[in-house]
Amino acid sequence: MRVKEHPILRFAERDELHFTFNGKIMIGYQGDTIAAALVDNGVMEFSRSVRNNRPRGFYCAIGNCGSCNMTLNGIRDTKTCLTLLEEGMIVESEKDRVIIND
Amino acid sequence: MIEKELVVIGGGPAGLSAAKTALEAGMKVVIIERSFALGGQLLKQTHKFFGSESEYARTRGIDIAKILVSEIENSDVEIMLNATVVGLYKDNILTVYQDHKYMKIKAKAIIVATGASEKFLAFENNDLPGIYGAGAVQTLMNIHGVLPGKEVVMVGSGNIGLIVSYQLIQAGVKVKALVEAASRIGGYAVHASKLRRLGVPILTNTTVRKAFGNGKVEGVEIVKLDENWQEISGTEDQIACDSVCISVGLSPMHQLLSMAEAEMTYVNELGGLVPLKSCDYETSLPHVYACGDVTGIEEASSAMVEGKIAGLMAAKHAGFVHPNYEKLEAELNEQLCILRQGPCGEKIRCGLKKVGAVYD
Repeated sequence: MRVKEHPILRFAERDELHFTFNGKIMIGYQGDTIAAALVDNGVMEFSRSVRNNRPRGFYCAIGNCGSCNMTLNGIRDTKTCLTLLEEGMIVESEKDRVIIND
Repeated sequence: MIEKELVVIGGGPAGLSAAKTALEAGMKVVIIERSFALGGQLLKQTHKFFGSESEYARTRGIDIAKILVSEIENSDVEIMLNATVVGLYKDNILTVYQDHKYMKIKAKAIIVATGASEKFLAFENNDLPGIYGAGAVQTLMNIHGVLPGKEVVMVGSGNIGLIVSYQLIQAGVKVKALVEAASRIGGYAVHASKLRRLGVPILTNTTVRKAFGNGKVEGVEIVKLDENWQEISGTEDQIACDSVCISVGLSPMHQLLSMAEAEMTYVNELGGLVPLKSCDYETSLPHVYACGDVTGIEEASSAMVEGKIAGLMAAKHAGFVHPNYEKLEAELNEQLCILRQGPCGEKIRCGLKKVGAVYD
């Protein structure tokens, strides 16, 4: 969901970009981070907690929390909140982030 | 090993200001920034700043970021974006991660201006998707124009909680309530009044007991607190919402300094673990300086002044005396005193005394 009207900010028309998230085709815009585009597309679950497999969403937006780390074009643990979206990106959430041997 | 004169870690208000004075003093400066743009958290501040003219009062944060960048962009400053400092060592060596590669840099001087991170709050189901840091929501809507949801509950009434609530309304989101555990609103009355006029209930002596929802947040249960911060049973209430913003303060991003074993101390008034520093802004590690929120949570205005001082000092100790050193030093310290005077500055004055910073 995008801001429609704003008293201070102007969001200029931007080029559409296409990417896939877990195989599903999605649309974002030039200048979006991957995470912002995912939130706009209604994605709530960004990752799973390591120990209890609980869903984790977008949380800090500035690279601190690690909640939005995903595999980008095959490279693991990319901070999607700090990575700008590009045409054709393949974004996948990580279901097997860490194996814990108790 | 790459060798550099001055490395500034962090391209926010403190780091950019530090780079500016160090450059003016004749130092070669590298700014290492984790994000894809300089400006730090100023980039999402759509509100106008308070304070004095010298710290850009009445200018919006987003415009201050542009000014700070424009002040250094015609110099020979080296800017590394999308680069994260992942290691800081006692011998002034940094490990930097950029573009899937690690590199080592040895610096004559280092200014740590890493800023702060948002604190979290313990309650049942606090990890449900849809529960965000308030600052994260500000990034999302003010930089990217993306909304977190339709109906938000804000937790915490400090200035960030109040300002982000107002900005959510500006962006078209309904703020269902603002919840504050203390008996009084934490931030400035002027921000709280704006929200009240827009009909946002500000619930003091109230906390979030738990969040509920299936795979994502669908509401919160709130409860009243007595004067000993204990829940009053029978006062539970539920608020339906699709987003919750946590705004319960900030903590200094001390990790790199802790890693290098700088002497640290926990100061509640400054937001957490902070480095001890001399009045020259040098930490216990020789030639490693710190400024801005990493040395204690304050406003961007003081971060900018602190940055300028740290830049001056780092340069001076490396043999580069700024042409206006004496005048600037006096002026900047005077500006800091003004920013920290009065009842609003009491907490920070008290905290700074505990880290050895000279303060009258």
